[in-house]
Amino acid sequence: MSETVITREEIKEFIKSLQGSYEVFAPVREGGYHRFKQLTGDEAADLDFSNTRLSPKSLLFPQSERMFEFTLDETNEDSHILKETPKEYPPAVVFGIRPCDAKALRLVNVNFDNPEFTDPWWAKRLDSMTFIGLGCNDPCSTCFCTSVGCGPFHEEGLDILLFDLGERYLAKALTDKGEQLLGQGGFQEDADVDTRKRAGELKKEAEHKISSHVPTDKLKDKDLLNLFDAPFWDEVAFACINCGTCTFLCPTCWCFDIQDEVSKNQGDRIRNWDSCMFPLFTLHASGHNPRSEKVQRARQRFMHKLKYYVDKYGNGVACVGCGRCVNYCPVNIDIREVFKLMNEW
Amino acid sequence: MIAYGEKIREIAKKLLAEERVDLIIGFKQGTLPLMTEPVMIKEPEKTDQLYWSSFCSMNLANYLPKRKEKIGIIAKGCDSRNIAVHIVENQIQREQLYIIGVPCTGMVDRRKIQSLVDGKEVREAIESDEELTIKGNGFEQTVKKIDYLQDNCITCMHRNPVIHDELVGDLVEERKDPDPYDDVKEIEELAPNEKWELYSNLIKDCTRCYACRNACPLCYCPTCFVDEADPQWVGKSIDPTDTMTFHILRAFHCAGRCTDCGACQQACPVDINVRLFTRKLNKDALELYGCEAGLSIEERPPLDTYQPDDYDKFIR
Ligand code: SF4
Ligand code: SF4
Ligand code: SF4
Ligand code: SF4
Repeated sequence: MSETVITREEIKEFIKSLQGSYEVFAPVREGGYHRFKQLTGDEAADLDFSNTRLSPKSLLFPQSERMFEFTLDETNEDSHILKETPKEYPPAVVFGIRPCDAKALRLVNVNFDNPEFTDPWWAKRLDSMTFIGLGCNDPCSTCFCTSVGCGPFHEEGLDILLFDLGERYLAKALTDKGEQLLGQGGFQEDADVDTRKRAGELKKEAEHKISSHVPTDKLKDKDLLNLFDAPFWDEVAFACINCGTCTFLCPTCWCFDIQDEVSKNQGDRIRNWDSCMFPLFTLHASGHNPRSEKVQRARQRFMHKLKYYVDKYGNGVACVGCGRCVNYCPVNIDIREVFKLMNEW
Repeated sequence: MIAYGEKIREIAKKLLAEERVDLIIGFKQGTLPLMTEPVMIKEPEKTDQLYWSSFCSMNLANYLPKRKEKIGIIAKGCDSRNIAVHIVENQIQREQLYIIGVPCTGMVDRRKIQSLVDGKEVREAIESDEELTIKGNGFEQTVKKIDYLQDNCITCMHRNPVIHDELVGDLVEERKDPDPYDDVKEIEELAPNEKWELYSNLIKDCTRCYACRNACPLCYCPTCFVDEADPQWVGKSIDPTDTMTFHILRAFHCAGRCTDCGACQQACPVDINVRLFTRKLNKDALELYGCEAGLSIEERPPLDTYQPDDYDKFIR
């Protein structure tokens, strides 16, 4: 696979040129924070960011998505028949995604595309996308990616990884898709030994700068019920206000709810993000709610990420260490502390 | 205000040791520099966790409804007003509470600090009475706290707790500015379509995470109207109509009850100032009914009482 040197100017031009044949999504700063947005016209990506406030999962898994449409008009022969909402899957490039978020998409993929079930919309979108990642030279103090099988230059889920070397980038193709996309740029300069070495150092330095570490080694062997019944949950959950912030911002939270919305005779079946923090999430039709208390809901979030997922899929925790929930929980409930509590219990 | 921490720990320890309360609700130091975490303490030995800083912005009254124990609670001016609202609305009994009042000089807005350093990460914050020093990679800056207060603290007229059993420090001087509603007046001047546009724009990024609602002490209904599934009053997607319905209804449910504590604004993960809804209603409650929420534990909120001389110009 090729490793190419690209100047800052060239990459701008390249991204712009891609807009002709791809939908290009990139971080832009709007209001006080960065978010992924489709670039149109002269709008440029703003790579002067630590990470986007919301994760890029919504590019593949929108917060609200129309799945089916139906009519209740009995005179219509299609009355009461669900029809799939037509969707398009134009080739897209996601530019500037952080390695943690790219890994997160692979993690979510086990839910949406597995031997048992395939969510066609997720799978087709994932397939239509090429991911150009940007390694993190300066991880935040709340990033703990290296503890959870990821890292500031982790390659999983990416087609191309960019190393920011100052005036220039080293672009490393990681898949055929990436190789092919880079080929379209017609970049001339193969990275020489020194540049490759510099990129390697950058990676090491960044890993070294990660100051947050969480223990995960004992989670797998813990007794599930023992953890479930652990006495620390009341304390962990006390401050929690059961909002959806942590789950909505999280790149690995995948839960959704399906709703029918009807106006006159016309209806839509919609899928919306849902959150285990909401009481309605588990409310049964009978009126019974197995997670009627806040502490049960808060526990669910941590148990799912750090125990159920671990046991079910055997590939680590369902957290990539991006730190979003740590930074934006309004009451500072810090998953890093819960890692410690659970792992050491 | 920094010295309050010591006093809070002292009072809390005594109350628990003498078994005058079953538990204390206060703040502990956050894991991040500009944050704190609400905490419940039951043992006198654990009272050293209690902490005070200019980042105790959440409203602790939020943790009271339906509790049965005897509770010691730390209360800034606004928290104390929400405690009063809870008492009036029967969410908690006055006798259950030992209110440890904090005369407040204002909470510092973490987001204002973050935008001051252009979104760079603040890794350390050191506070003195008047100043705040923030440090991060390649920067160190000292600012006057008063220049970076939360918006609601800038216009706050009740910094001293309105009810309390004990104070952690001397009362502070109240602001005398007769008019804290400049922002609302500006909006009132707009044409209806401009108002609609302003509010639509305000909430365009809303994720419907409900952090604003859940951070608010007023929202204690067992099932919120947005969570009701049968009947379903409002759609659950992020369709702008549904999102606006949520915000308008939430605000109206707070009319005449909101203390402008700012918890809702502070909680929002996408920086939406939802107080722009409630503040208009606060102003109306003041102008039409002479009501400021939570100033007394006797007076019921204006919208659930009737007086013959109530404002009635809207009836035609
Ligand atoms: S942990 Fe924090 S962000 Fe998550 S639901 Fe609780 S209060 Fe909200
Ligand atoms: S749980 Fe928190 S740190 Fe882990 S991936 Fe989700 S938002 Fe990031
Ligand atoms: S609406 Fe906002 S400002 Fe008013 S009491 Fe509730 S949280 Fe405080
Ligand atoms: S906290 Fe912010 S994003 Fe969440 S529902 Fe309220 S306004 Fe919307």
